[in-house]
Amino acid sequence: MFSTRVAIAALAAVCAPMVLGQNTVDEIEKYRQALQDGNPAELWEARGEALWKQPRGPKKVSFERCDLGLGAGVVKGAYAQLPRYFADADRVMDLETRLVHCMVTQQGLTPEEAKRNPFGSPERKSDIEALVAYVTSESKGVKMSVPMRHAKEREAYALGEQMFYFRGGPHDFSCATCHGEDGKRIRLQDLPNLTKVAGAQRAYTTWPAYRVSQGELRTFQWRLYDCFRQQRFPELEFTSEASIALTSFLAKNADGAAYNAPAIKR
Amino acid sequence: MQMTRTLCSLAALAALAGCAGSSSSGGQGDAALRAKALEVMKASFKARGIATLDRLDQDETQALCSQYAASGPPKDVAQRIEQANLVAIKPPSDGRYLGDWKRGEQIAQRGTGLQWNDTKETPVGANCYACHQLTKEEISYGTIGPSLYNFGKIRGYTPDMEKYAWGKVWNADAYAACSLMPRFGHNGILTEAQIKDVVALLMDPQSPVNK
Repeated sequence: MFSTRVAIAALAAVCAPMVLGQNTVDEIEKYRQALQDGNPAELWEARGEALWKQPRGPKKVSFERCDLGLGAGVVKGAYAQLPRYFADADRVMDLETRLVHCMVTQQGLTPEEAKRNPFGSPERKSDIEALVAYVTSESKGVKMSVPMRHAKEREAYALGEQMFYFRGGPHDFSCATCHGEDGKRIRLQDLPNLTKVAGAQRAYTTWPAYRVSQGELRTFQWRLYDCFRQQRFPELEFTSEASIALTSFLAKNADGAAYNAPAIKR
Repeated sequence: MQMTRTLCSLAALAALAGCAGSSSSGGQGDAALRAKALEVMKASFKARGIATLDRLDQDETQALCSQYAASGPPKDVAQRIEQANLVAIKPPSDGRYLGDWKRGEQIAQRGTGLQWNDTKETPVGANCYACHQLTKEEISYGTIGPSLYNFGKIRGYTPDMEKYAWGKVWNADAYAACSLMPRFGHNGILTEAQIKDVVALLMDPQSPVNK
């Protein structure tokens, strides 16, 4: 936390008197690197680990019986193989959807209760964001390997690809509008090219992330939700089928890369 | 490829996924898969504030540009898109293309409007700087579109150029099918007066764009 503040102060000091141009881009890159030193995401990871082990809900059951795909309670490496097909639900699920599933089927919450606060604020922290931080941190360094053995996994991928290229709304935007070419940016923000393996790998393996500008840890569900807001689409529903399909498409395209999150971003 | 598409279009939903590999290289050619994707999207989004579900209903340009996104539209399709959009351009009602470049600069800077967290009262911007360089003063600009610095100075301050700039802002697909640029007039993002101001930013000799 402290080092983050120092980095922001340092950036302000560097930028203020500067003649702008290529230097600006270089300095912003320095700022981004300075951010890597000390990631507040650790606070979410610690809270998530406690939540994982704590008996919860009307049935007073912890997540230690929750199967994320590698067996009941197995967290290590699980995120690197999500989304995937779960026979007990007969559908493809990403991590957030699976957590909600366990809250409902094992802990006894209603779906509405389980999905009540997916994106937190300083006043109202999200349990889901903390749980996601913990589970994803346990895949750090693990190679992405999203299964495509089941027909529904392959269908989710194919549908996600369609959605990636779907242009709509008053601005004609699709995901590909901003994420379809190399070396582009919005204002000064670099944009990953998600249609190429290298870009998809670098982007997908660095979510979730602690967002300095928001002071919160944000999940991949949030990333999609807020992209669609800026695309001028209606609101993407948390853990909806489209969100899982798009996540399948992007996660699979990141196969082979070492997972490296929770990360920290501006 | 033709074979693959034929097979895919005949296939039941369970088999759709088999097309994953082929659709990434071609133009997402399978109509059944596209229809299913739209159905899933309609069930996955909900109306919020001004962002209603009908925003997922594509016009012909959006549908064709989605279908051919990965490979780009074939020549005949591109011509059809450009022609349809060209004839839909509405010239300014008083015949004057240029408004106030200072207001145009504000519109070019503004990124708000038409999102579900905006209201009907939120000022709508064009956010030109998100994708284009325009002036020397503003260094925070994106690179999805080309630099427009010295737009009028380079091309000449002619009536034809004013008309072209108007058309491009009104409906970019009229000149480049499946342009990444929003159709600001055609889709009602900006008002006629706002487009005049943006055209002035590009075409007024006094504008910082042309300094």
